[in-house]
Amino acid sequence: MHRRTLTATALALACTLLPAAAEAQQRTRLTVYTALENEQLAPFKRAAEAAVPSIEIAWVRDSTGIITARLIAERQNPRADMVWGLSVFSLLQMEAQEMLEPYTPQGAEALRPNFRSDRSPMTWTGMDAFVSAICFNTVVAQQRNLPRPSSWADLLNPAYRGQIVMPNPASSGTGFLSVAGWLGAQGNDAAWNYMTGLHENIQLYTHSGSAPCNNAARGEYGMGISFDMRAVTLRNQGAPIEIIVPTDGVGFDLEATAILRGSRNMEAAKRLADFAVSRPAMELYGRYYALVALPGVQPSVQNYPAEFEQRLVSQDFRDVALRRDAILREWASRFDSKSAPRN
Amino acid sequence: MSDAALRPGATVSLEARALRGGLLLAFAVLLAGLVLPLGTLLLRAFQDAQGSFVGLSNFAEYATTPSLRQAAWNSVWTAALTTMLVVPLAFGFAYALTRSCIPAKGFFRAVMLLPVLAPSLLPALALIYLFGNQGMLRDLLFGNSIYGPIGIVVAQVFYCFPHAALILVVALSTADARLYEAATVLRAGHFRIFGTVTLPLARYGLVSASVVVFTLVVTDFGIPKVIGGQFPVLATDVYKQVVGLQNFNMGAVVGLVLLLPALLAFAADRWANRQRSGLISGRAVPYVPQPRRARDLPLLGLCVLVAVALVGLVAVAGWGSLVTFWPYNLSLTLRNYDFDQFDTAGWSALWNSVRIAAAAAICGTALIFTTAWLLERGTPGSALASAVRFIAGVPLAVPGLVLGLAFILFFNHPSNPLGFLYGTLAILVLNGVVHFYTVMHLTAVTAIRQLDPEFESVGASLKVPAVVTFRRVTVPICLPAILDIAVYAFVNVMTTVSAVIFLYGPDTKPASVAVVHMDEAGQSSAAAAMAVTILAITASVKLLQLATGGLVARATQGWRQR
Repeated sequence: MHRRTLTATALALACTLLPAAAEAQQRTRLTVYTALENEQLAPFKRAAEAAVPSIEIAWVRDSTGIITARLIAERQNPRADMVWGLSVFSLLQMEAQEMLEPYTPQGAEALRPNFRSDRSPMTWTGMDAFVSAICFNTVVAQQRNLPRPSSWADLLNPAYRGQIVMPNPASSGTGFLSVAGWLGAQGNDAAWNYMTGLHENIQLYTHSGSAPCNNAARGEYGMGISFDMRAVTLRNQGAPIEIIVPTDGVGFDLEATAILRGSRNMEAAKRLADFAVSRPAMELYGRYYALVALPGVQPSVQNYPAEFEQRLVSQDFRDVALRRDAILREWASRFDSKSAPRN
Repeated sequence: MSDAALRPGATVSLEARALRGGLLLAFAVLLAGLVLPLGTLLLRAFQDAQGSFVGLSNFAEYATTPSLRQAAWNSVWTAALTTMLVVPLAFGFAYALTRSCIPAKGFFRAVMLLPVLAPSLLPALALIYLFGNQGMLRDLLFGNSIYGPIGIVVAQVFYCFPHAALILVVALSTADARLYEAATVLRAGHFRIFGTVTLPLARYGLVSASVVVFTLVVTDFGIPKVIGGQFPVLATDVYKQVVGLQNFNMGAVVGLVLLLPALLAFAADRWANRQRSGLISGRAVPYVPQPRRARDLPLLGLCVLVAVALVGLVAVAGWGSLVTFWPYNLSLTLRNYDFDQFDTAGWSALWNSVRIAAAAAICGTALIFTTAWLLERGTPGSALASAVRFIAGVPLAVPGLVLGLAFILFFNHPSNPLGFLYGTLAILVLNGVVHFYTVMHLTAVTAIRQLDPEFESVGASLKVPAVVTFRRVTVPICLPAILDIAVYAFVNVMTTVSAVIFLYGPDTKPASVAVVHMDEAGQSSAAAAMAVTILAITASVKLLQLATGGLVARATQGWRQR
């Protein structure tokens, strides 16, 4: 009797488990390289696997610089099938090295023109925009009597001398984003003059793009120049930090999707690329970012100014990417040799 | 065997051939794991982005970098200052452990290793908590900022201390009591004996320790990146080129420049090698220190000071891992240890790290100790031996980022037959062994050099094959050093970040990388928590070694007792 029960149970188990196992085997495992925030990985994976049941996502996540360096170093024998959530500047760099598979995902034509590749078929598609912004520690500001800035121009106030921290644009994409934004909003000469003035107020240039905001949140610095997404996690932990999107034109970067040329799972990768531009995916991005690539999708993220979109500078990504080396050389010659410790 | 016994000449040549074969094997491993990957990368220093040969123009371009001269000078002086602070400190500490009668030697021996037991982010966070702009002790800096050379030197002294102390303890732990007896009989004073017996015997260890510390400081980018502010050094130039600009050609140029200390190290090693003689002869009588207050009390004071500093820094970080949000919400919580909510890999990252580190410790120690013995006892003067000796010194001078990048370029090349390793745990193991090869090699060499080659000559004259002498005499005598090497490999592989950040795959993310990710995401308390967990694992392994140390010593070191 007992034995029969056992056998029956075993059979029942086998019947329920085996198909599940078989199904798992049918799913194609896609290796996806990303620079998304950690907390976004699980919801993004869940949504994509629900929408495209034939795929399973295996993330490799790291900071933008590390992931980009890895992708380019692996160029001769790509290990990633896809990139989902990486700076468009990195993707343009990869495009120039013929590393991206041309494919126009279904419905990608509906994206904002500046948020997708201008090639046909497309080499990349945008997801959302993140902007250069100021992380402002309200407690430190009160202690040191610092007024709340509302524009980039405000940062030239002599009261901020030695209070501002920003990433070195040569070490960090976030730093470059800010510099490119100033160049785009103010024009060449005015922007370099602005940076020369700002340099007087800078406490230090960090190598990490996230440190200025993280350390401003801990009161190490009064304010840090970083990107907008950064502050949300910190505030949730109880940091007295305010994120300020300056009113006088902010540089922005896109998070974007692309398929690697030479992917061993091309079909599955294309399905994921289709999902990445779909409306449900855009609504997902809208939970974290204030501006998504598909017009008409209302982002649900809180605490952004209503006219956020108008503050973005008009920016030709390809042109900025081409001038990157020249801009950084200019920046280094102006500020690097002077960036000796002044403390 | 009997055939060989009839013709002794044949035994020797057969044996010589076997030793040579072993050395060739070691050479092959180092070739595949270090020389070829590095060569693949360093060739890029002479190419442009498209891969065509451009001669020295990258070097010329790098030489015009505005801050280069300053970065080079900064690297040199911070490294020199750190060396001058660390080596005497570590020597005093090692001297107290080996040549005095202070109490609690086991405790100090364990505390000595604390800095290498934790990822380097841990002391950096602790220093920020203590001396940062919101720090509890920031007044001690008299208005100076911790973000800059002060922070770099303090953090480097902390981080390099165990490396130097490990080498010096090994160098000082074996001494021939007859030399001291002779010196005493000749009425030499304590300081005279120290200057004429102790120091010369420890010379090789001192040279090694200095070279190791200097090179570690010059090549480490983690500390300058986190706490150096914008103080430019050469290692952050590599970071800027590779991670900031993805300019591998320039990264290779700076990598080559950083190899210069390795060349100096090689020269120093050769110099020390010429000076050496068998330090422990087969007739040696082990030195047993006698209590002497004038010596023991100051040494005890030194040890206590060092221990307080080391434990204090780690304790601050441990406290930081329990704080809700520093410095604004100091209520204590265990939530930071719920890693799954901060990082997708969560706790599984720790398991990955343990597996990688254990494999690196076992395989690495076997490879490194055997190789060191073959070098010292095989045919030390041959070209092959010189080549291996040189290669063994190189990894120390290779910044982790450069090594990681070299591994991608070499192992991921479509035509590399070893390409199957890429993306597996095995490549992380190989990377770990290669990355920390030098210090383990130096420890092994230091231990082996203290043995009189007479052991082998006696073995040879008794017609015992060298391999048997190795197994029955050398390994047991050196067992404490071998365990030190294995534990060193384990803890370093557990905590390293710079090279593996390029090599882990979707399922093989190590815990040390997770620490960096959490810190980058602004979750510094969770990062500290993961770092403390890593520390708990490495400390348990170290304690296990210490606990079994007595057994090992009784089983293998009894001959040292009179």
